[in-house]
Amino acid sequence: MEWETVIGLEIHAQLSTKSKLFSGSSTEYGQQPNTQANVVDLAMPGVLPVLNTEAVRMATLFGLAIDAPIGRGNVFARKNYFYPDLPQGYQISQFDKPIVELGHMDILLENGETKRIGVTRAHLEQDAGKSLHKDYAGMTGIDLNRSGTPLLEIVSEPDMSSAKEAVAYMKKIHALVQYLGINDGNLQEGSFRCDANVSVRPKGQKELGTRAELKNINSFRFVERAINIEVERQIDIIEDGGKVVQETRLYDPDKNETRSMRSKEEANDYRYFPDPDLLPIEITDEFIETVRATMPELPQAKYQRFMAEYALTDYDAGVLTTSRAVADYFEEVAKSTNEAKLSANWVIGELSSHLNADDLEISQSPVSAEMLSSLVSRIADKTISGKIAKEVFQALWAGEGKTADEIIESKGLKQITDSGAIEGMIDEIVASNPAQVEQYRSGKEKVFGFFVGQVMKASQGKANPAQVNELLKDKLKE
Amino acid sequence: MSLTVDEVKKIAFLARLSIQEENIEQYSQDLSSIFGLVEQMNAENVDDIEPMAHPQDAMQRLRDDVVTEVDQREKLLSNAPLTEDGLFLVPKVLD
Repeated sequence: MEWETVIGLEIHAQLSTKSKLFSGSSTEYGQQPNTQANVVDLAMPGVLPVLNTEAVRMATLFGLAIDAPIGRGNVFARKNYFYPDLPQGYQISQFDKPIVELGHMDILLENGETKRIGVTRAHLEQDAGKSLHKDYAGMTGIDLNRSGTPLLEIVSEPDMSSAKEAVAYMKKIHALVQYLGINDGNLQEGSFRCDANVSVRPKGQKELGTRAELKNINSFRFVERAINIEVERQIDIIEDGGKVVQETRLYDPDKNETRSMRSKEEANDYRYFPDPDLLPIEITDEFIETVRATMPELPQAKYQRFMAEYALTDYDAGVLTTSRAVADYFEEVAKSTNEAKLSANWVIGELSSHLNADDLEISQSPVSAEMLSSLVSRIADKTISGKIAKEVFQALWAGEGKTADEIIESKGLKQITDSGAIEGMIDEIVASNPAQVEQYRSGKEKVFGFFVGQVMKASQGKANPAQVNELLKDKLKE
Repeated sequence: MSLTVDEVKKIAFLARLSIQEENIEQYSQDLSSIFGLVEQMNAENVDDIEPMAHPQDAMQRLRDDVVTEVDQREKLLSNAPLTEDGLFLVPKVLD
């Protein structure tokens, strides 16, 4: 039988506010445990939540970016469950009146077509603390620094029909929240997390199959793998005459399998009700227009502009606008060198492969946009060849200098463009390789490459290749 | 409408309340009488009334995004029965 996969994603994006959703505690990551949790975050008796304006602004900005209506009188609700890292005994979230209503996000499919994915809603809620399962005399340690950090939960429609589509959607949302400056995009630190609702049904069937919820899959690669392995599992069950159970499952990347989280099953009765500690949030037209006025250039617009303004190919513009940080980096290099295509090649090529190899984000690159600009300028003005430039880049990457000029100077890499010097080298090589000269003159033009190689070797790669070609041709004709 | 014994048990479990078997009947009656009150309200025609999320007819006041809190870990941890390395300790959570 042919099967069809149905996927919906719930993305939790931590909003980049300075303070928490309902308290004045700092949200900074990586601090000593429990030093950023005050009486509100600890849910001490008698405390009251006071809502952070910035979180409301960020959620509104997101809503406008996905073309969604903004809930004018949206309401906070309590989602009740017990867990040690949730001191309140409930999470303040939004239920039937979220701040962001139905919007959409377009993704590019592999066949080049565009598919529109519905974004059912996005709502504000508090993050929980962290449980540390390291052995504390047989007990669990609780760190509440993250307790109360604002999250925007972005819920999609079940519109995706493959793991690849799910990843494409997740990447688009990931890029968007960073473009908007409302999330730092850091999957490793958990500021951008994803749960996937996955089900299968016979192709053509209208009603949805029973779904499993895959929890906390924290990289794009794992999302794809987790969904694929879960789809296989469900199809196997049904083909063996069994039934898929609705449950929460955890993906284990080491074993590449999903397994049931039984502990979550009984708790799925959250008894939502409006939080009596909080009044509805009023969002006025004026507020929405103020927020709209701060909307930055979005990925699609930037992509179009890069093609128009810098004459980049479709591919280059696409790669460079996948993240705002990459786009900004490229634009800085392109602007300061006036060499858009060359800048694009270096950002997409050498820089990206170094970042990948060392598993770094562009923001952590040891070669800054200014440093790369200095390098690109020296290639453009022919001080160095593209080949030597890679050596210079490597040195910049390794921290051996702050500018390309510094490296070129200290390593003596300046390109030799003095034809006299190059001719000298050529004369010597021609003189000491009479057999090859004979071969070339008798029509074996392949030998030409041998001569180029010898000259480049003699010049330690510094001779200008175009000049070498030209001068060599002349000499060998003689 | 009246609540069954199982429903009372489930509500108690969800709220992490320990209740005695012999009191369940009484709880069932008490809770059911609250439903009775709700039923009474259901009889009213509220077609033209917009549901309220809060009994006060007011809107939420917001605060600026400013860090106003300082570290009070030692004080706050001192309320807890068990702590270590700046963490609150709780019975082992398995997942």
